[in-house]
Amino acid sequence: MSAADPLAPPRVRGWKRLPVVRQLRQSVGLQRGMLVTGLVITGLFLLTALLAPFLAPYGYAQLQGADGRNFGAQVPPSAAHPLGTTVGGFDVLSRVIWGAQTALGAIVVAVLLSIVVGVLLGLVSGYFGGWLDRILVVVADAIYAFPTLLLAIVAAIVISGGQSSLGGGILAAAISITVVFIPQYLRVVRSEVVRVKSEAFVESARVIGSSSVRIMVRHVLRNSIRTLPLIITLNASEAILTLAGLGFLGFGIQPTKAAEWGYDLNKSVSDVAAGIWWTSVFPGVAIVLVVLGVTLVGESLNDLSDPRLRSRRRARRAAPAVATEPAP
Amino acid sequence: MTESRVESDAVRIRDLDVTFATDGGDVHAVRDVSLQVRRREVLAIVGESGSGKTVTAKTILRLLPETALTSGAVVLDGTDVLRVSGQRMRELRGTDVAMVFQEPSTALNPVFPVGWQIAEGLRAHARISRAQARTRAVDILRRVGIPDPETRVNYYPHQFSGGQKQRVVIAMALVLNPSVIVADEPTTALDVTVQAEILDLLRRCRDEFGAAVVLITHNMGVVADLADRVSVMYEGRVVETAPVEELFSAPREEYTRRLLAAVPRLTLAAKPAPVGQARRTGGEAIVAAHGLVIEYPGRLAQKAFRAVDDVDFDINAGEVLGLVGESGSGKSTIGRAIAGLTRVTDGSLAVFGTELRGAGERRLRPLRRDIGFVFQDPATSFNPLFTIAQAIAEPLLVHGAASGAAAARGRVDELLEQVQLPGAFGDRFPHELSGGQRQRASLARALALDPKLLIADEPTSALDVSVQARVLELFAELQQRLGFACLFITHDLAVVDQVAHRVVVLHRGRIAEQGPTPEVLGAPRDPDTRRLLASLPVPDPREQAARRAARLAAESRRP
Amino acid sequence: MSTTIEVPPVSPPAVPRGRRRNRPSGLLLYLLVRALLIIPTVFILVTLVFFLMRSTGDPITAALGGRLPADQLQERIREAGYDRPLLVQYVDYLGQIARGDFGRSLSDGRSIGEIVVTFGGATLELAVYALLVAFVVGVPLGMLAAKLRDRWPDATLRVLAILAYATPVFFAGLLLKLVFSVWLNVLPVAGRASTRVQIQFDSMPNPTGIYLIDAIRLGDGNAIGDVLWHAILPGLALGLLTAGIFLRLVRTNMIDTLGRDYIDAARSRGVGEFRLTRTHAWRPALIPIITVIGLQIALLLGGAVLTETTFEWRGLGFQIAQYLQARDFVAVQGMVVVLAIIVAVTNFVVDVIAALIDPRVRY
Repeated sequence: MSAADPLAPPRVRGWKRLPVVRQLRQSVGLQRGMLVTGLVITGLFLLTALLAPFLAPYGYAQLQGADGRNFGAQVPPSAAHPLGTTVGGFDVLSRVIWGAQTALGAIVVAVLLSIVVGVLLGLVSGYFGGWLDRILVVVADAIYAFPTLLLAIVAAIVISGGQSSLGGGILAAAISITVVFIPQYLRVVRSEVVRVKSEAFVESARVIGSSSVRIMVRHVLRNSIRTLPLIITLNASEAILTLAGLGFLGFGIQPTKAAEWGYDLNKSVSDVAAGIWWTSVFPGVAIVLVVLGVTLVGESLNDLSDPRLRSRRRARRAAPAVATEPAP
Repeated sequence: MTESRVESDAVRIRDLDVTFATDGGDVHAVRDVSLQVRRREVLAIVGESGSGKTVTAKTILRLLPETALTSGAVVLDGTDVLRVSGQRMRELRGTDVAMVFQEPSTALNPVFPVGWQIAEGLRAHARISRAQARTRAVDILRRVGIPDPETRVNYYPHQFSGGQKQRVVIAMALVLNPSVIVADEPTTALDVTVQAEILDLLRRCRDEFGAAVVLITHNMGVVADLADRVSVMYEGRVVETAPVEELFSAPREEYTRRLLAAVPRLTLAAKPAPVGQARRTGGEAIVAAHGLVIEYPGRLAQKAFRAVDDVDFDINAGEVLGLVGESGSGKSTIGRAIAGLTRVTDGSLAVFGTELRGAGERRLRPLRRDIGFVFQDPATSFNPLFTIAQAIAEPLLVHGAASGAAAARGRVDELLEQVQLPGAFGDRFPHELSGGQRQRASLARALALDPKLLIADEPTSALDVSVQARVLELFAELQQRLGFACLFITHDLAVVDQVAHRVVVLHRGRIAEQGPTPEVLGAPRDPDTRRLLASLPVPDPREQAARRAARLAAESRRP
Repeated sequence: MSTTIEVPPVSPPAVPRGRRRNRPSGLLLYLLVRALLIIPTVFILVTLVFFLMRSTGDPITAALGGRLPADQLQERIREAGYDRPLLVQYVDYLGQIARGDFGRSLSDGRSIGEIVVTFGGATLELAVYALLVAFVVGVPLGMLAAKLRDRWPDATLRVLAILAYATPVFFAGLLLKLVFSVWLNVLPVAGRASTRVQIQFDSMPNPTGIYLIDAIRLGDGNAIGDVLWHAILPGLALGLLTAGIFLRLVRTNMIDTLGRDYIDAARSRGVGEFRLTRTHAWRPALIPIITVIGLQIALLLGGAVLTETTFEWRGLGFQIAQYLQARDFVAVQGMVVVLAIIVAVTNFVVDVIAALIDPRVRY
């Protein structure tokens, strides 16, 4: 191919080689717009979660003001309660803000747990192949093809002990989500490992006489986890949606343990028919925004990591009609 | 209609400039190029990668990506294709100018029958009934030499062999009788015997169909075989344009001379005897294969695929053994088996006296210290996350020849110097090196532990010819100096002639012929070897014309 | 809510691809292997669900613990056989399932089979409406986005697709209800039919449970309209979510095929841009799209549970939520197993369709 081979890219070192930072520098036009929007929303979400104690006017389980009087149920937005109160008498704004903390906690625990287990299994399965690999793949495929929400419900039943106390807390919710995610990480990491394994540099390491462990760790693993930032963002958004789904079905976190958007939406179903909109709209919008932000980051990373999907700057002069094939 | 336009040029390119936007900034791919293609002539545009030849050719059909910016004029039958509307451009494509692609397997849509795909081109330009389209598709398939076209017209692309696919692609280009066919490296993906057939077919495009052909290639043998005139491109500019015989016999420009000098040719000169350890008579061979069989297991109920079948050969100390054959002949499999990457199914394969049949990793590991391997694709044979120095130090660390990366650095610099790379390159990452540089680094890594045996699997086939010439020179020099034995795997007979003391010709997993290089290539006894040699286009138009005539005569004699 | 943006398509395993010509037995072999693969899939899920659910104790304690005296509880546990070793119960359970017996609900005593027959139609109907919306909206828009990639219509469509995905289906449902049922008051809040029509259905002999079909069989125009009227919001809520996924799926795969050499090859012969997109790029893209859509069936069922709960659409999902509330884990387990079988069989059918339209598998 004698088409313009891109010149060797300029040498970039240090923090500029980090994922996300590198892609941000690479991006142009609309793709950069999407990535920046996503990063801003995600950043706001992180800040809200971390600063919830300072931002929220009340506690998530607080029913009374400093004056000792109850907030009252289903109070429309007012100066004291900018987003109104819920049917249970909680302050909506406070629960939306505290909910960010719950969501972040669930994401972090779920993603960390599933990465550790999933990457390990994927690496072993993909590298050694054989019977273990086949069994793991069939199991992962079976779980993968199954409605994740139902599986998360089953896991939630198990973790909350099957007993009457439903308040498993963030950890329980996160573990339920993890069960669902491990097969996904396994699949993705495994297919990467299988791809990397057949590359000439791994064969070259085998010819040199490197041990299996050395090849796995030094050559295969590091080259197989390049898509992880992408999967993490995707699974983060799924984690939020699964958490909310569990909460909506009543398998989430008790209101006294933490604020959870899905639970609040569950409680607002009957409000809607009565025209009480503030109890559902705000927690719902919070979910949508966070998932939107995280997904925008993930989609942009996906595009930028794939040369076929990455758009490039046009040549500098304004393109006249002769430049390209006009699309119909 | 064709006759009335005979006088004018088929294509006239004036002051063409193309710039691409890339990650690394703008790339000025084509600079100020002017060319004429006359009617019924084959104009070859030759050049190395990055010379802008493909971009120039694609401009004729306006098929460049959106990131390209063009100026100048490309006049096709009086129409400047850079300035016409999209609708007019569509009318021109197929009827006035058509294209043949490099890789026939990707140029055909895998989910439609070839007949349908041919008919699409017809339907794009005229209302035509299904039956008519089919008749014309069958007709054109027959004319490009597809046997039994009435049945094959309903076949899907994967049901054809590589050479037949390229015939189908050419049929699609021919079906509307275009005045110009742009052929972009039409034979690069094909074996040399198939290449010869496709070149014959392209010649018929000119002679029987009356089309002008713009032939994009890097292969001087192909140029000598097919072209009427040649334009040489370098770094986006046309360096020289001349009739083919003139270009080969009296190149005007320095660059053209260098390019021609770099092309490997069959000289059939005897090599100096293997160096290093004198061949001890009766001494143990470095590699000894007897009745070697290698099979790839089939999946499910299918039979195993026998890649290597009953092969005997030896490699002696200090000797370069060339292993040649077409794709699928099993040559790479043998190299991989010696390196312990593929298991031996049957027979015997001894390396340094150790039997590899049934050998486990434990028995292989000590052998690996003495085996170096150079892979075909320099782009993938380095871990992208390691610096060159780390990669070269890897064998030293693995075999305990150095305690750490820092301790290995002295030896690494020595090795880099040996392959004529500056020591500073050690701190670079693989993607920061060119293909030729990477292949030198690959050689340095293979030689890190002073191996007794080097396996080179098509080490230069991904490189440009001038780069290939320098790498081969370096290889020969190092082999002389260090005296390692070498298995040199290649599909290129001219390369093997240049480097190997002895040669083994493989055909479908079996040995067709083996012996000293000048003997085998100079006076082949086996018909497969003869055919292989006859198909190889030599970079000399006059000689090639004679060879072609001889080959065609020989083929017509065969039933 | 299982959505990855690019699900690695399940490649037909062990298909003799490419080289082998004219071997229809390759296809038969593939179909056979693929059909047999249903068994381990179901087996794994049944095993997983069984041991997960049992790891917390027996279902009777879970449902009635604290409400019955301990001795009565023990009596009932013994009657149901939950005091036997877990492995014995497991083998017993597998045998039951092999015979098509998925157990009996603790709370209302109905058999799971009966529940599935009664409420399956409703879920099927909802899924069909949603798929219809998803195809009509998602596929053309995905093609458009791929064709105009990186221009503003593409960016807009992508953000809309992400929004569709980012909106939990129950929140979308609540918003739709709020706007159309409460504020504008033009569509029903919940349910599958108005009371009058519902009574007609209940008195029907041999109802299918698919209300549209039942209404047509009644020959009552009003009933047909009423049923469709009730289906709009649930169909939209679940359909738009799926449409967002389809849009992205179609877009990614179309961008891939639009960049292939064969598109340039067809373009070089004068084939128009519309036809290139609509036919030449679409058909090859269809194979991975169909395969991934198969995996989305699972998502659709998960979404159906939430949608049915939001709109009180009395299907399988609504029932599962009910049994969950009642802590009737025998019923939940039975229905989860039935859904697992449905998903496995649907995936099989989808893979077979994908294989049938792929000439490389067919020949």
